[in-house]
Amino acid sequence: MLNVISIFMRFIEVPMKFLQDKLGLKTPAWLFLAPNLVLFALFAFLPVILNIVYSLTGTDQILLSDRTFVGGENFSVLARCDNYLDPNSCSEDLFWRAVHNTVIFVVLQVGLMVGFSLLTALVLNREIKARGFFRAVFFFPVLLSPVVVALIWKWILQREGVLNAWMEGVGLESFNWLLDASWAFGWTVFLSIWAHMGFYTLILLAGLQAIPRDVYEAAMMDRASPWRVFRRITLPLLMPTMLVVLVLALIKGVQTFDEVFAFTGGGPGSATTLIIQYIYETGFAATPRLFGLASAASVMLALILVVLTVVQLWINRRNVNG
Amino acid sequence: MGQLVLKDVKKSYGSHEVIKGVDLDIEKGDFCVFVGPSGCGKSTLLRMISGLEPITGGTISIDDAVVNDVPAADRGLAMVFQSYALYPHMSVRQNLSFGLENIQTPKAEIAAKVDEVSKMLQIDPLLERKPKDLSGGQRQRVAIGRAVVREPTIFLFDEPLSNLDAELRVDMRAEIAGLHKRLGNTMVYVTHDQVEAMTMADKIAVLRAGVVEQFGAPLDIYNKPENLFVAGFIGSPKMNFLEGAVGTVSAAEFEFVPTSGPPFMLDHASFDIEAGMKVTLGFRPNHLAVVEADKADMTVSVRGTEQLGGESFVYSNTPDGAALTLHLSGQTSIEPGTEIGLSLDRALCHLFSTQTGVSLRS
Amino acid sequence: MARVLSFLTRTRGNGAGKLHWTDWLSYGYLLCGVLLMFVPVIWLGLSSFKTEADLQRFPPRLLPMAQETMVLPGYDEPLPLYTITDGEYAGEVLAQVRRIGIIAQMVRPDAPTERLKVNIKLREPVEKFRLATENYTELFEKFNFALYLWNSVFITATATAIMLLVNSMAAFALSKYQFRGSNVVLGMVIGVLMVPQTVVLVPLFLISKELYLIDSLWGVIIPGAATPTGVFLLRQYMLTIPDEILDAARMDKASEWKIFWRIILPLSAPAIAVLAILAIMWRWNDFLWPLIVLSDSDKFTLQLALNTFQGDLNTQWSNLLAMTMLVLLPIALVFVFLQKYIATGIASTGGK
Repeated sequence: MLNVISIFMRFIEVPMKFLQDKLGLKTPAWLFLAPNLVLFALFAFLPVILNIVYSLTGTDQILLSDRTFVGGENFSVLARCDNYLDPNSCSEDLFWRAVHNTVIFVVLQVGLMVGFSLLTALVLNREIKARGFFRAVFFFPVLLSPVVVALIWKWILQREGVLNAWMEGVGLESFNWLLDASWAFGWTVFLSIWAHMGFYTLILLAGLQAIPRDVYEAAMMDRASPWRVFRRITLPLLMPTMLVVLVLALIKGVQTFDEVFAFTGGGPGSATTLIIQYIYETGFAATPRLFGLASAASVMLALILVVLTVVQLWINRRNVNG
Repeated sequence: MGQLVLKDVKKSYGSHEVIKGVDLDIEKGDFCVFVGPSGCGKSTLLRMISGLEPITGGTISIDDAVVNDVPAADRGLAMVFQSYALYPHMSVRQNLSFGLENIQTPKAEIAAKVDEVSKMLQIDPLLERKPKDLSGGQRQRVAIGRAVVREPTIFLFDEPLSNLDAELRVDMRAEIAGLHKRLGNTMVYVTHDQVEAMTMADKIAVLRAGVVEQFGAPLDIYNKPENLFVAGFIGSPKMNFLEGAVGTVSAAEFEFVPTSGPPFMLDHASFDIEAGMKVTLGFRPNHLAVVEADKADMTVSVRGTEQLGGESFVYSNTPDGAALTLHLSGQTSIEPGTEIGLSLDRALCHLFSTQTGVSLRS
Repeated sequence: MARVLSFLTRTRGNGAGKLHWTDWLSYGYLLCGVLLMFVPVIWLGLSSFKTEADLQRFPPRLLPMAQETMVLPGYDEPLPLYTITDGEYAGEVLAQVRRIGIIAQMVRPDAPTERLKVNIKLREPVEKFRLATENYTELFEKFNFALYLWNSVFITATATAIMLLVNSMAAFALSKYQFRGSNVVLGMVIGVLMVPQTVVLVPLFLISKELYLIDSLWGVIIPGAATPTGVFLLRQYMLTIPDEILDAARMDKASEWKIFWRIILPLSAPAIAVLAILAIMWRWNDFLWPLIVLSDSDKFTLQLALNTFQGDLNTQWSNLLAMTMLVLLPIALVFVFLQKYIATGIASTGGK
């Protein structure tokens, strides 16, 4: 394996050395950057520009030359609504339902997940045995693929699944969980918390462990009660990490798609359709493929993400400096 | 092979000039030491010679060929870095052979050279170890070995001993000096430690703020410092300075009038002086003697003493507050808080213009 | 015994003898966590070894069980065994030849020619623990599992290799060279961070189409090959490598490329390992973009295949669960061996 790499690298050295000598570049930085920058340009920057072009053009054709300019039409279709709180009153009702779902989903998911992650991190930060094991247990679902996560829980929640068996065992009626809109939505939130909380627990735990021990020892000498220690020392010192976690969870939460799509397919009806799924279905799964609408929705989502990322970078910078 | 000539070499970062026109002529086979306080530009100058740092102005030539635009690797130099810069992931043997491999040296030749050099530096038992398993001194030897195998015309050393403890430093000093004798190459050595400079160099270049203050043999610099900075920098403990003016001047002697205290007579060692001139008098701490008050050139109050057994230092202040250090051999009974009379060796004084700092020795 | 108890309940901290009530609460919480996090996966694993008949059972049983059978002379098929609970043959183990209505025709294993008639209510199947490994072997026989596996492995391996090379080159340039525009490039990398793939799906699809990447494994590999996270992670690490080592190598007449692969890459091995693990995970679990790019089922990755099968009514749970286990397994193994690396890697990049 190492030999293969070595031969490959030696192979590249010939043209690289030639360029270094001939171009007279004292610092061949650009040579090293080139492949990465080309990929960035093709698959990140160009798409951003094209996305705006798509959002301003119509028809179901993918080639730009076949598309007609429609101005803000796509955006106004998306925005046309009698009452924004009632998706049924909107011309693009699926979009607004997806927006509604996403907002509720993100609020519930992020709130509960950060809460449970904090609780778990606090417990794991105590002087407990087998901490490594417990940490691993909470963390490992993070690595599972979304489809696997969805199938694990589908298998448990299905009509003749183990949860219903247990319910009947304790004298309750069995229930078709994923066919009920509210329950399906609830389980979706649960599923994504289950899959991701280990990641945030890990970050918070690292934050907790970065708080110097002597601060706690000083507080102990000051006879502070455990509750006061938590309120006045742990929480304030953990605040920067909490902010990072919160923003990161928001950024990821808004983009949730994979596990929900594999879990409920957005159903029942459109009860668990989130914004990315709307973009996917409008642009790629439905006929005709409404690339314009999908792009317009993407642009709106991108704006939200840019704001969140700027906040994230600002927090990171503040944490590093302060 | 190995003559190095710098002509008006300059370096600036933006508008900030760090090397302000350096001229040096280093003969082949010389051991030349750049010494100066930190931030004086000595390491930058060395890196400019090596080719790692591009130069802004002037020319650097090796053996009469201008090498300004020759890349570092092609100048035929080898460098020993302050942090040794050994390749951490390679064994000692690989560290030594890496450079030879890069110039397509045949394998057998590499092996022979590595063997020879490692024997010479006594690192042959360590060849298969990684740098992290070596002591500081061993790493130092490997770093030197890596330079030696390349058979460069000129060796460059960038503060190579600064990471070693005091005892090891003395050993390595002797070893590098020995290496120079054996190989006979030109070596350029950067250090901030004037003891290293004095003990190892054939020629010393004293640098300050990007300017060469003096260039010459170690004892010449010690005995005839050209300005206040060099006088104060070379020699330990530091030279004492006393400000004052020139009084009467005759052919054999002249009168020195300190800013406070009575005037006294000194030998006129062909100084370029006239009466009334503002001057700074310099004299080394070991050129002072404790004498009776009536024979004293000056009276000072003792601030503190350091007894090292074989020698003693007395720290004192003149009436106007200037600090004077006194270096005595043997032990002393002088107590802090007392006043003592001092006389100085009138033949071994240095005189500088207070205004320009330049030596008045003509 | 008391000593064992005190050992078990000793806290690691101040050596105070017994567990505080908050310790009990903590362990209680953690135990619930283990139950919630771990048990679903165990349940999936156990279920994947059950026969389809066993999976249909409600309420389900914990362990995979199957009815015992026996091959008897004179019968082509193996016959299922039953224990008779009551009546004439109570207590005996009989093999059932066939069932007509509520009467089963049965034979004694030692006398296979003599047919006995038994009411089906009076018998109970003889069952034993058995792993239905056919769930797994069928994946390779009936489904194109090997093909999907190959697609996934190929994409994961190739994409990871390309990404490591391209990202480490960029990180090297950004950490070890001072050049005009380096800050602009860094800013651009941050810019890419703000535009995740999910918000540029449509134009990405067009560009991939124009480059003939649609319905090709390369279409999954190339667009994600350069990641801002990777560049940042590696650059941060490379900044800690002293510049003097590079200078030493330059004095040793090494070309810049040689410095990169002989000095910088080996010295960045820890960071590269972390990034490699992350990349493998990202690519193995990747879903949305492959879903868009790949429409020919011969090009499907495991994730796509799994998702398609679960929507297919003809698919049996037994195969689906086995397939889920096989998709989960590589990641689980990687996790078991490299847990520490993964945890620190993920915590330091803040990326999943």
